[in-house]
Formats: sequence, structure tokens, C-alpha cells
Amino acid sequence: MSANNKSMNDLNSSLRGGGSRERILTAVKKNQPELMTLPVVKNFPQGFSSPVEKFSEVLKGIGGSVYEVANYTEVLHILTANFPGANRIMSTVQELSSINKGDTGYEDPHSLEDVDLAVISSPLAVAENGAVWTMDSLVPQRVLPFICQHLAVIVNKENLVSSMHEAYDKIGNADYGFGVFIAGPSKTADIEQSLVLGAHGPKSMTVFLIG
Amino acid sequence: MTVGLFIPCYVDQFYPQVAKATLSLLEKLGVNVVFPMNQTCCGQPMANSGFEHLTHGCNSLFIKNFKDFDYIVCPSGSCTLHVKDHLHDEEHEEIAKAIRGKVYELTEFLTDVLKVEKLDAKFPYKVGMHQSCHGQRGLKLSQMTELVAPPFSKPEKLLRMVEGVEIIQLSRKDECCGFGGTFCVAEEAVSVKMGKDRVEDHVSNGAQVITGADMSCLMHMEGILRRQKSPVKVMHIAEILNGDIESLN
Amino acid sequence: MKKDHAALADKFNQDEPRVDWHDETLWWIRQKRDKAAFGIPEWEELRETASRIKFNVLSNLSQYLEQFEKAALDNGVQVHWAADGEEHNRIVHSILQKHGVDRLVKSKSMLTEECHLNEYLQEHGVEVIDTDLGERIVQLAKEPPSHIVLPCIHWKKEEIGELFHQHLGTPKGNADPQYLTNAARLHLREKFLTRKLAITGVNFAVAETGEMVVCTNEGNADMGAHLADVHIACMGIEKIIPQRKHLGVFLRLLARSATGQPITTYSSHFKKPRKGQEMHIVLVDNGRSRQLGRPEFRNSLKCIRCGACFNTCPVYRRSGGHSYHNAVAGPIGAILAPNLDMKKNADLPFASTLCGSCSNVCPVKIDIHDQLYKWRQVLVKDGYVSSAKAASMKAMAATLSNPALFKIAGKLGRWTIKHAPFVVNNGLNPWFKNREMPEPPKESFREWYQKNRSGTPQPSAGREPQYKEPSKSKIPH
Ligand code: SF4
Repeated sequence: MSANNKSMNDLNSSLRGGGSRERILTAVKKNQPELMTLPVVKNFPQGFSSPVEKFSEVLKGIGGSVYEVANYTEVLHILTANFPGANRIMSTVQELSSINKGDTGYEDPHSLEDVDLAVISSPLAVAENGAVWTMDSLVPQRVLPFICQHLAVIVNKENLVSSMHEAYDKIGNADYGFGVFIAGPSKTADIEQSLVLGAHGPKSMTVFLIG
Repeated sequence: MTVGLFIPCYVDQFYPQVAKATLSLLEKLGVNVVFPMNQTCCGQPMANSGFEHLTHGCNSLFIKNFKDFDYIVCPSGSCTLHVKDHLHDEEHEEIAKAIRGKVYELTEFLTDVLKVEKLDAKFPYKVGMHQSCHGQRGLKLSQMTELVAPPFSKPEKLLRMVEGVEIIQLSRKDECCGFGGTFCVAEEAVSVKMGKDRVEDHVSNGAQVITGADMSCLMHMEGILRRQKSPVKVMHIAEILNGDIESLN
Repeated sequence: MKKDHAALADKFNQDEPRVDWHDETLWWIRQKRDKAAFGIPEWEELRETASRIKFNVLSNLSQYLEQFEKAALDNGVQVHWAADGEEHNRIVHSILQKHGVDRLVKSKSMLTEECHLNEYLQEHGVEVIDTDLGERIVQLAKEPPSHIVLPCIHWKKEEIGELFHQHLGTPKGNADPQYLTNAARLHLREKFLTRKLAITGVNFAVAETGEMVVCTNEGNADMGAHLADVHIACMGIEKIIPQRKHLGVFLRLLARSATGQPITTYSSHFKKPRKGQEMHIVLVDNGRSRQLGRPEFRNSLKCIRCGACFNTCPVYRRSGGHSYHNAVAGPIGAILAPNLDMKKNADLPFASTLCGSCSNVCPVKIDIHDQLYKWRQVLVKDGYVSSAKAASMKAMAATLSNPALFKIAGKLGRWTIKHAPFVVNNGLNPWFKNREMPEPPKESFREWYQKNRSGTPQPSAGREPQYKEPSKSKIPH
């Protein structure tokens, strides 16, 4: 056991030393009511006929852009046209590596601070709310989709599901370290409820539905 | 069928015309109505202030007065709801339970028990319908805007049977007027502001008369309208349904 | 004595146009919520499902907590338990000390507000930067948030412009939300990049997997946590849900109820620390196990902090969050606060008309208005209501249970006039300040009835009541 680990354990046991864990658990056990059964979560089939249309409509409604494309060449075309001023572009999508520009290092998450455009792929997108799912295994650093100025996401149309229920069915018990649903650009309405895109994270989000 | 007429204390003392209209309306519809003279109050003012434990006396009196009727009808959603939810009596819990099951607010009694389909009344005015919270959210006299469910309204259904009535649309269909029992004095500032806003919604949407199934809310709004010297009138729904007022002047 | 809700609300109402503005802003959010909810035909069933999942959680919480702890430990996360706010603050501080950290970033966490973590850390020389824009605004203004989802909903943009001018050096007079938000973005980005420790709240913690989900629109929780060497997540013990798939239910409800969005921009699932990072979870009780032991009030622990009950509450909209003098304001705050301190918060359950709108919007179907009613009973019984009020209620009860007394009282100057809320027609009467009194009629209904209907037989009130089936007789014509 490393010295650091050991001191951490000491710290832990001293923090728990007050016996709060046991006290809390005992109190909870004593006070919780008789067991009530867990309900079955229905799948709630969604009423819309075209998940692609629904996804596009919803994502646009929350400030994102959506392109239906046939192949990666089209994606390249659109991204180059839409982000002409980008100095640092980082793509985690093999097929789009030609778009990479500037520093390619990513060892230190802080060094991603000046990424203008990040291109990532998503194995799962949700029509009802315009969200795409990604995980730490798909990005070089967890912070990448948050710290970049603009975010582009590639989703295979086959990976579009209707609802969050279906989404979690697909995620199943995947063992990620970090996973996230992203729905649109970073935003805030904290100042008098006026919507502003680009609070801390990306100012724009572009999703390419491919296939 | 004999109905016990349950008249809230403040209606008895300030709005006898509402009680008379209720009585007359029920009688016109062929119901045998009795007003038990020994009734006082349902106990709600105390209970809502946190003194439910003091309402035993009120409760047993209520039971004595109303136990023998087929139905108990009251022109106030709030008082009806209180009886439905809180009438208990340790010694006569069975009877209390039976009463809780047979007490009705006037409009629901008309639509659900008497199944009234038409009324002989005329009221050629623009009417704003105030949905009192206890009637609406408590007794479910009409659908609540918060719920994803089909709309309906028992009082409005009845109003539509009155010739000439035009029900105006409100921008906030079922917001509370701010009366709230002792809230109206304990939280004077908010209560008044809520009342003013509610009144304004009716007035700006063209109401000539504000009506509803609960006189307490109407009394609060009337107080505000009169302070503002507004020509808009307040009237209990029983008065309109009974057809005893055909002209506002 | 500290001002109570009514006094603070009265102050808020001195500026009526501002009350209108506050009310309309929040009502607009309620309407957005309605629109989002009505877009989901299965909405009510979804609420019912969420409610039942939460009931299951409360009934099995001790086991879920242990299951969660084990899974989190297996994930390499360090788990701490805090019995109260004080212990929570100490735990957080000790982690800071261990890392020699004296400045940190924090994303929104109502729990840390409840525990007064910021004050505690500041007293110990630690600089805390709240990174949610709204929270940063109130932090700069040295105020608590006034809403759990919209912390600075009570601030006007011109005032924020002035605040930023003073603290962030933006040009005087610039009140453009776009401009101000960008100024905050630059200001806070520097903090994210330089702080080694980040604190976040938790929206849901999954017992099955040990992961915790944090929902934001701004991305501030992620910016903080993914850049910091140490991530501390603080959560109340009621945030547990059984399984990952239950997130589907709650994430569908949360943002739609809160702001009318289909989902928050980011729903981040933190399961394991990233390489080289340390991740801590602090599980906080602070009165929750006690509330769990109150059968009438335990449902309040189902709350997912969406804020919908605030936005719909006609009182909250017209009294402002600070009138509740509690970290969590609004209807839910009014039923949580007495559990924390009955004396200090005895006024809050009375700050409601019991209209019930809150219970109807609540995505987990908490019977908020019924609990307000029940808290009133408890507070009165435990002596937290003035003795004058208690005496007048006793007198009222005596009169109302005695018909003879009631009749005499009624004759003697209309008893109701004295006991109904409007006492006498003068300036001291809170009813009369802004409302006319009803005009007393010539005779009461009772008097009229006696005169005109004395022939109607009366029920035999003296006799002991006997149960009688309602007759099935038809309506006579
Ligand atoms: S009580 Fe219900 S409506 Fe209010 S914040 Fe909690 S979950 Fe939302």
C-alpha cells in the first residue's frame, strides 16, 4: 500500500471514527417504512413516426444544429465550411482525422483549453430530447466535449432510439468511468431568463446523422 | 330524497341571498330540503390554522345535525372538502364516514346526483368563472391545468345551461385568489396581491360578473373590487343558476 | 426577533411592479413546464412511476445506501458519512487540508447551501467560487440563492450589470445578458483552469452501480470536476435510486418539470475517478433520517429538487425566495424546514393558501399541500404558535360547538364579524387595509328561515346519532 493510500485510509477511518455511518444506517433502518415494491418501468412507446425528424426538431429547438449526411466526406465539407477560423481542431473520429489542426496533445486536460472544435462520435442518441450519449472511452479526456468552443458529434442513424427508456436499455450495464448525455450547446438563462448559448462549454453543437 | 342544507357560517350571516338561492334552486329541482337550525360551522377555520384538535365539538355537532339526511349539500367547495377530508368522531366513526361520503358541493350535486341537463334561467352577461382551489383541486369540480388530462368543468357545464351567459377566457385559468382562510389577514400583503391579480385577469378579459362555487374567495375578490370602485359584480353561481337575477341594475 | 415570512413578504410587496415582474417571469416558466408536460401523453403515469420508485427507495433506504457505498468503493471512490451539516463541512475541509488546497470551484448544490459550507470554508480561510452563473451572481452580491433552480431569479439585468461592473470590471451601464454571460464565462474559465479541487452536488445516485448523476445546463459541474485533481460530490442520503434504468424515468421528468426543457444540456454520470484523480462522495443525513421516521412527512424526501412547486406557487411568486429564510424556499422548503428547526421555521407552513397546485406539478407526487396542513397541526400542538392565537381559537371552538351560544353570538352584533377575518372596519384591521368588508344584510339566512320556513321539520339533534343508509328514493317531481 502506498504511503498516500495509507494516509487516505487513516483519514477515512478517522472521519468515520465518529460512527456516523453506523448511526445514520441504524436510524434509517429504524425509521424507514415497511418495504414497498419497486414498480415495473414501462417502455412507454413514443408516438412520433420518425425518430430522425423528432430528434432534429427537438435538438434545433434547444439550440443545436442537425445535418443528415450520407458519408464522412459530407461531414468534412460542412465542418470546414462552418468553422473556417478554427485554429485547433481535435477529432476523435478516425474517418475525420484529416480535419485535425494545431496541437494534438491531450495528456493534460487543461491543455485542451484552446480547442476550437472537437469532433466526437456517439454510439447512442435519443429522439425525444435531442440528447447524444458519450463515454470516457470515446474521448481522450473527459473534459473535451465541455471545454471546446464548438462541438460536433457523429451519430449513426441506426443508433437513434426514441426515448430515454430505450436509451438505458441500450446502455445496459456498460462499465464506463464517466458517461454523459449532451443535448445542445452549453447554455444559461440565469440573467432574466434570456437564453444565452455558451455558458461555460461549447457555444454550438452540431450533430451529423450519418447513414 | 331529503337533503340537509349545510350553509357556511359566513354565508349565513353575510350572504343570505346565496343560501336562499341554493334552497330555491334545489327545491325547483324537486328536492326536499331541510336547513338544520342548530348548525354552526364545519370547523375549517380552526383546522386550517393548525387547531384541528379543537374541532371535536364542531364535528359531533355537525354529525348530530346532518346524520339523518340522504345527502348533505353545501354551496361552498371549501367547507364541503373540509367535511369530506376531516370529519371524524371517535364515538361515531361509522356515521362520520357515511357523512363524508354523502356531503356534496352544490354544483357537483347538480351534475352528478341530480344529473341536471337543463335549467330555467337567463343571465345575459359576460361571466368570469373563478375556480376555487378547494373545489377544483380538492373536490375535482373541474380539471386542473397542471395535470395532463382531458378538460372538464362541472360549474361551467351548469353555467352553459343558463340562457345568455357568456363565459370569458382567463389568462390564468385556475390560479388561487389568495383568500386562504386566516391567510387573508396573516399574510395580508400576498393575499391582497393575489386577489388583485385574480380580479385583474377577470376584468381585463371583459368579465361583468365574477362567479364561482365558493363565497369565501368571492368575498375576498369583492372586497378588492369594491375598494377599487369597480363596476364589476361578484355573484355566487347559485344565484345565476337559480335565475333570480336577470338584470344587474 | 427575526422577521417571519409575512413580514418579509410584506417588504417584498412594497415594490408592486417588481412583484409583477417576478410573478410573470416564474409563471412563464410554469407555462413552459406545462407545454413540455403536455408533450408527453404518458406524463401522469410517468409521475406515478417516479413516485413509486421513490417510495421503494424510502422503504429500503438503509440497504440501498450500503449497496451504493459498496459499489462506489469498488469503483475507486472514497465514501464519507456525515450525520449533520457540521460534520459534512468538517469532512470537506479535511479533504482540502489533506491536499493543501485553499481555493476551489463549486457547482450548484443545495445540500452545501443547507449545510452553510461556503461560510464554514471562508471562516477557515478557503476561497469558494460558485460556478453556476446564477449562483455566482448571488455570491458576488453576498446573498443566498432565492430559488433552487434559478438562484438569481429575483435580480434584474441592470442590477447584474452594475454588480459585474463592480466585481468583474464590465463597462458601466451594460446590461446585455449575452455580454454579461460572456464576461462571466471568461472570469470563471480562469477559475476552472487554476483550481485543483471541485465540489459538485448530486441529482441521482444509483445504488446498483455506485455512479452519481449531475445535471446542469451550463456544463459547470463538468468543467470543474474534469479539470480538478480532486472531485468531492456532496449528497443527501435521499438522492439514491435503485437502478440505472430508473434514470430514464427521472431524467424525463426533471428538466421538463424544472424549466420545460426536454432534458438538461448535460446529464453527467460519474462512476469512477479519471486516471490520477481522487473522487469523494459525502453522504449527508442532516435530519433526513429523522424526517423518514415521521410517517406524515417522510414523503417530502422524495423530492428531486426540480423547483416546479416554486414556479407554480402563487405565494412564492409574490413573496420571493428570501421570504422563506431557509436554504430551500417555496412549498417544498416550507415542509422541509420545520424538520430542521421547528421554532425558527414555524411560520413557513402557514405561508400558503393550501391551493394544492404544488402537489399537482410535483413530478414525484409529493402531497405538499397536505403536509403543510399537517405541519400546522404539529406546530400548534408543540406550542410554536402564539398563545393569543391559541386562546382565540379555543373561544371560537367553544362557540362553534354550542348552537345556543352561536345563535346568541350571532345576534349580538353578528358573531362572524368578530371572528371572521375582518374584525372591525378600521385601519388596524389587516382585511380592511386593501379590501372593503362585506355589507351585513338586514337578516341572516337563519333568521329568514325561521320566519319563513318554521314549518319545516328539524332533525332530532338531541338524540344519539344512529347510522342510517341513504334512502334509494327517486327524486320526486
Ligand atoms: S417538491 Fe416536487 S415539485 Fe417541488 S422541487 Fe421537489 S420534486 Fe420538484
